[in-house]
Amino acid sequence: MTLLRVENLTLAFDTDEGRVTAVDGVSFEIQPGEVLGLVGESGSGKSVTAKSLMQLNPDNAHYSPESRITLMLDDGPVDVLSLKTSRELKVVRGGAISMIFQEPMASFAPAITIGDQMVEQLMLHSDMTKKQAKALSIDMLARVSIPEPARRFDQYAFEFSGGMRQRAMIAMALSTKPKLLIADEPTTALDVTIQAQVIDLMKDLVSEFGMGILFITHDLGVIAQTADRVAVMYLGKLVETGAVRQVIRRPAHPYTQGLLNALPKLEDLDRPLTPVPGDIPSPLERPAGCVFHTRCPQRIAGTCESSVPGPTRLPDGHEAACFAVEAGDPGETRASA
Amino acid sequence: MSERPTVSVRDLCVHFKLGNKWLGDNLVVRAVENITLDIPRGSFFGLVGESGSGKTTLGRAILKAVPITSGKVGYHDGEVDYDVAEIGKAELKDYRKRAQLIFQDPYAALSPRMTVRDIIAEPLEVMKLTKSREETDARVREIAGMCRLNLEHLRRFPHAFSGGQRQRISIARALVCRPKFLVADESVAALDVSIQADILNLLKSLQKEMDITFLFISHDLSVVAHTCDHVAVMYLGRLVETAPTRDLFREPKHPYTKALMSAIPSLDPDQSGQAQKLEGEIPSPANPPPGCKFQTRCPHAVERCRREEPKLEPAGHEHFVACHFAEELRLEGMSTGGETAPA
Repeated sequence: MTLLRVENLTLAFDTDEGRVTAVDGVSFEIQPGEVLGLVGESGSGKSVTAKSLMQLNPDNAHYSPESRITLMLDDGPVDVLSLKTSRELKVVRGGAISMIFQEPMASFAPAITIGDQMVEQLMLHSDMTKKQAKALSIDMLARVSIPEPARRFDQYAFEFSGGMRQRAMIAMALSTKPKLLIADEPTTALDVTIQAQVIDLMKDLVSEFGMGILFITHDLGVIAQTADRVAVMYLGKLVETGAVRQVIRRPAHPYTQGLLNALPKLEDLDRPLTPVPGDIPSPLERPAGCVFHTRCPQRIAGTCESSVPGPTRLPDGHEAACFAVEAGDPGETRASA
Repeated sequence: MSERPTVSVRDLCVHFKLGNKWLGDNLVVRAVENITLDIPRGSFFGLVGESGSGKTTLGRAILKAVPITSGKVGYHDGEVDYDVAEIGKAELKDYRKRAQLIFQDPYAALSPRMTVRDIIAEPLEVMKLTKSREETDARVREIAGMCRLNLEHLRRFPHAFSGGQRQRISIARALVCRPKFLVADESVAALDVSIQADILNLLKSLQKEMDITFLFISHDLSVVAHTCDHVAVMYLGRLVETAPTRDLFREPKHPYTKALMSAIPSLDPDQSGQAQKLEGEIPSPANPPPGCKFQTRCPHAVERCRREEPKLEPAGHEHFVACHFAEELRLEGMSTGGETAPA
């Protein structure tokens, strides 16, 4: 049973400078207990995609009529984009879907204790009494290995270190037992040693709670260590999707190959760093045809500038949207993982 | 190799007072404690550590951008010789031309109300390095070209640029007065991977072209491994290990260096879990543990580590390490495996 199905999600923002397409025809699925990694650079539309799942985008966002987001719950499917009132939206906002943000200091209210914030959301989304909610919250803090959880429960966010704040955030997001967890760059603001701890913790919790996770990051190393499947996004388009091993070991799309080649690797210090040529185009000047053609080393003149490539299935089962792949020329440059 | 180092730091301490001395709180943060370090001329010197390790403070102390509590910082570039801690006003003005800083966040470092040309020209005007507007313009165009900025972009404002382009603008601004020493503080941390490699390659090529010595501050060990020829690792205000890059990565001698290396997420999905993970977090610099500063998180810590603080000692060619058991611990380099605890 598919937990979440996103079909043809297309989303544009009305701004003073014109209409900006942030997400263009994105489709993917998440199964229960599966971690889908969504990778892309800043401006690729990964956060906007995630926010659409809870309708958290600002009012100037316009979803195209073909866009469809279906969430499968115990009592039937929910068409997320048709939810309107805040009462209806409660089902996805904090109910069946929880979200962890990048900057834990900014996501906790500074003048309310961590405990009160955890209890507040539990009481909002369940019919627990305050006492039960407190007991569960302290239990969750202990689960994410925060020492002395009962004392920490009454502290404020500023009394927590960065890693502890992020763990408290995870405890809070999981306490409502969501079906789907959205983690938006949850380790980006942390030091590597703390990042490794948080990744381990998240892996343990997935196997214990069995929810689906949409894990957003720009770090392919973090994806390799956490995700089951990966979707690579560039300028609002999904360019490559598939099982994490296949995408990282045999990247087919020139953008994925470029990202892997640009990554400094400790195993091979002699290999020069190869940047992806050029800069990311402004979202106001989205290239026609394939969105990546302005930076693509394998551009097919006359085709890529005008037509939009559809997904091509590769022999190992993963998909890439690229004419060079379609033509059976997956390129010379292979990133070694 | 007997050439004098560009920067030589001797027993440098930078302390910040916290709290109110009238109320009797005498909390002192020892952000940088007893650091001794040489940055060889023409090197690309990496400084790594977690947040709170004091790497930014050390970089700024060398530039005299924070008050130096005690110790010496010598600067020598073949033309001048400064004792930075005791430098006079007139000399400081000259030192500012020779030693520059590139900031982390290219979005915050550029004034939104100035054109790119004015941003790059400002150091020249402030330091009165050029005589006429034409000369200024010529210098700006030359440096913009070297930093691969489109000359037509000089009339635009920073908001029109992407992160990578902005970082190239701030590099151009730092280079316009032809410095000999440059501190790059987390200069690629805010950039996307595809752009990061481009900026690193640019910094390397500019270094060769303009004969600059770099202090490259970063929390990212894999970036440092690829760009720097020397690396110093800091923890809680102390230097724990310093070595030529290859030696450090082949044979780390300090458990903290080793832990930092194994914490980097591997690109191979099947290579997980075998890494040595650090427990806990970096202690507060206002209240550091006694003895070795790393003992609270060190998997090999024994009684002696809790009592006695290790000194930085030689451990090979240009390799220094501050650990009581640096010799006994056989820490593995690039390929991880079993480790032996101290006897």
